[in-house]
Amino acid sequence: MMRMSINYDTIFKKYKQGRREDLIPLLQDIQDVSGYLSEETIIRAGAFTGLSTTRIYGLATFYDQFRFIPAGRIHIRVCNGTSCFLNGSQAVMNKIKEITGLNPGETARDGIFSYEIETCMGGCNHAPLVRINNKYYSHIKPDHLPELIKKLRFIIEND
Amino acid sequence: MEDLKKILVEKVLLYESDVLPPETESILRQIRREKTTAPVIYISSGTSSIISGSEETWSAIKTYLDENSLKTDLVRVGCQGPANFEPLVCIQLPGKNRLFFRNITGEKVDLLLNGVFHSDINEDDLAGQQGTRGFEMWPGIPFIEELPFFAHQKRIVMNNCGCYDPENIDEYIARNGFRAFAKTIRHYTFEEVCDIVERSGLRGRGGGGYLTGLKWKQALNTGSLSRYLVCNAKESDPGAFTDRTLLESDPFRLIEGIAIASYAIGTSNAIIFFRKGSEHALERIRKAIGKAREYGVLGNNIFSSGYSLDISVRREPGAFVCGEETALINTLEGKRGMPRLKPPYPTTSGLFGKPTVINNVETLMNVPVIMLNGPEWFRATGTESSPGTKVFAIAGKGRMSGVVEVEMGTSARTILEDIADGIKEGREFRAIQLGGVSGSFLTSENLDLEIDYETLREKGIGMGAGGFVIIDENTCMVDLVRHYMEFMRNENCGKCIPCREGTGRMLEILESIIRKPENEESGTTLERFKGVMQLDSIASVMKDTSLCGLGQNAPNPFMSALGNFREEFEEHIFDRKCRANVCRGLRTFSIDVEKCTGCTACASKCPVNAIYGTRLQPFFIVEEKCTGCGICYDICKFTAITVK
Repeated sequence: MMRMSINYDTIFKKYKQGRREDLIPLLQDIQDVSGYLSEETIIRAGAFTGLSTTRIYGLATFYDQFRFIPAGRIHIRVCNGTSCFLNGSQAVMNKIKEITGLNPGETARDGIFSYEIETCMGGCNHAPLVRINNKYYSHIKPDHLPELIKKLRFIIEND
Repeated sequence: MEDLKKILVEKVLLYESDVLPPETESILRQIRREKTTAPVIYISSGTSSIISGSEETWSAIKTYLDENSLKTDLVRVGCQGPANFEPLVCIQLPGKNRLFFRNITGEKVDLLLNGVFHSDINEDDLAGQQGTRGFEMWPGIPFIEELPFFAHQKRIVMNNCGCYDPENIDEYIARNGFRAFAKTIRHYTFEEVCDIVERSGLRGRGGGGYLTGLKWKQALNTGSLSRYLVCNAKESDPGAFTDRTLLESDPFRLIEGIAIASYAIGTSNAIIFFRKGSEHALERIRKAIGKAREYGVLGNNIFSSGYSLDISVRREPGAFVCGEETALINTLEGKRGMPRLKPPYPTTSGLFGKPTVINNVETLMNVPVIMLNGPEWFRATGTESSPGTKVFAIAGKGRMSGVVEVEMGTSARTILEDIADGIKEGREFRAIQLGGVSGSFLTSENLDLEIDYETLREKGIGMGAGGFVIIDENTCMVDLVRHYMEFMRNENCGKCIPCREGTGRMLEILESIIRKPENEESGTTLERFKGVMQLDSIASVMKDTSLCGLGQNAPNPFMSALGNFREEFEEHIFDRKCRANVCRGLRTFSIDVEKCTGCTACASKCPVNAIYGTRLQPFFIVEEKCTGCGICYDICKFTAITVK
């Protein structure tokens, strides 16, 4: 898939140059638009805020939100809150690993899957909860997953 | 539209007396939908409802109304609280009490609406009716207020939740909204507001329980020219979703609370620090702030009082430790979210070195009612030392789950047995986990304790921010503690050594307890016992020497579980057994020779080839090879496989 080139000027215009406190919102906005932080954007953010790129990497790697590789087209997020844990999220995670071959935080090479664990999505009465591309799937059992993922994959591949 | 705004601002908010003239009151009644000619349908629309499919319900109802060309008001409202009832639909026929229908998914809509509009109500989905003064009662239908879930609650903070459209500021004003702020800003000085809140005895609901009024006073009495107010909406404890529900259901109330608090400490800069992943609530609060600016509740020279205020919204970039106030300040300054040494406390030197007050969402939402009704009124609810109410998010293995608000001093038993209606599928109760990953367990002995800061503190239990997780007999406490410790190991910031190394070491030891007993004769057993003996001392060192609350409280679940469930730990360590059959490493499977038909299903699925046998003859499992994955147990159709 060709990634469209994104114009970051409008994002940078929203902030004043050289203010450190704007760094996190700036990076968040960049990630909202492009889905990840590329090397160019980090260099540009560094020049804009007057910080070295290593410092920005140091900051961005501290927080879980920032990713440095694009998310897959099927982005799977599993909730691992207490309620989901009690209702069997571990088995769901094992199954996802088995199907996709990914560890949490990774994106597959073909760019179809990416997989993340979230601390709590707040849908505790729907546990275990899985979120795939912004759609929630509640009361997920490991057995449901192969078919669900196959279906999604089919949709993506024929798109 | 412009007229209505003018009336609401000039004749309601800025009206001198508390009692409004009848003509204004009648306009407000119309806005509150108490005087309607057409039916009104309310659909709950919190995140929990959306997960259950409330958006599909919304479009199904819309299609139905369009097809039948019915003139009906369709309103999205916030969450009422019971998450098991989602998607919740309320229908109000003109002049009659509101009817609550539970679990109305898209496909049930036609049946439901056909029934309601042809006075043939389907009783299966009906949860009850809500009594409203001046409305006609439905005969033979129970009142929703009398359901055990609602009957034991007392709603002060949540009294607007699920009653009005959270995107409509008119409705909020019609429900007494922003009048406390208008009154405060025109009649009280900064000190008086701090004083009123201090006298009310409101304590920080984020878990600390510090007197809110006192905190404000400390910030106000510094000599600094600028100050900051930060609303901490970060609640990141797994299992707690109270703040998010409050935000989604009543965003204007939070804005009013922030506005009063900012006025009390004399600042024009307020920041809401938002949790990652609650986009829905974020969108709501942004819209609400926009509306409030439009109505002149926020902005420059509010109501010609000379006071200006603006609220900005910042999103949390994803780190559990940011909920700690000094780490939160670092994040807002654009640094790594690592805690700072206290003192100086944020009230003297916080954001950019200026005095900063950090309050929780629920605390701030209590403020408008205190200002409106006075501190004595607030003191009348709750207990002597902790007045008011507390909002809890009930999750886990209870029959009911959702967000509830109880008066301080209610016992945990009431919440467990009456509000949550006991444990799912009649299983045995084991514990309640209060306060998320750094909280403690309430066992059956402590169930009658009153929920109150002092009573809980005496027992060494923290109130927490609102997590109330019910745990049943099918949960292994050792495994749960390990899960919490793993979370802490991943989420600690790495600044101070006791926390960084301590969580890692404790996790290692806990993992060794539940690991498969391989080579039992070699050194691993000794290692395990040595480790177990160290657990206590690691925990106490972490408690004494960690820099921030995260490290100091990280061993809490372990200490509490060890105190209450010692025999379970001992079983894991000495007998190598897990009574809940959760710990994979300690499970051993065997095949019942009587029941096994030799179908080979288990043998073909076993990932480690630990099952042997001849077709149509009973099979057997080689224990040394078995990893305890349980696939054979799940696959066997004849229940021939048993767990030991």
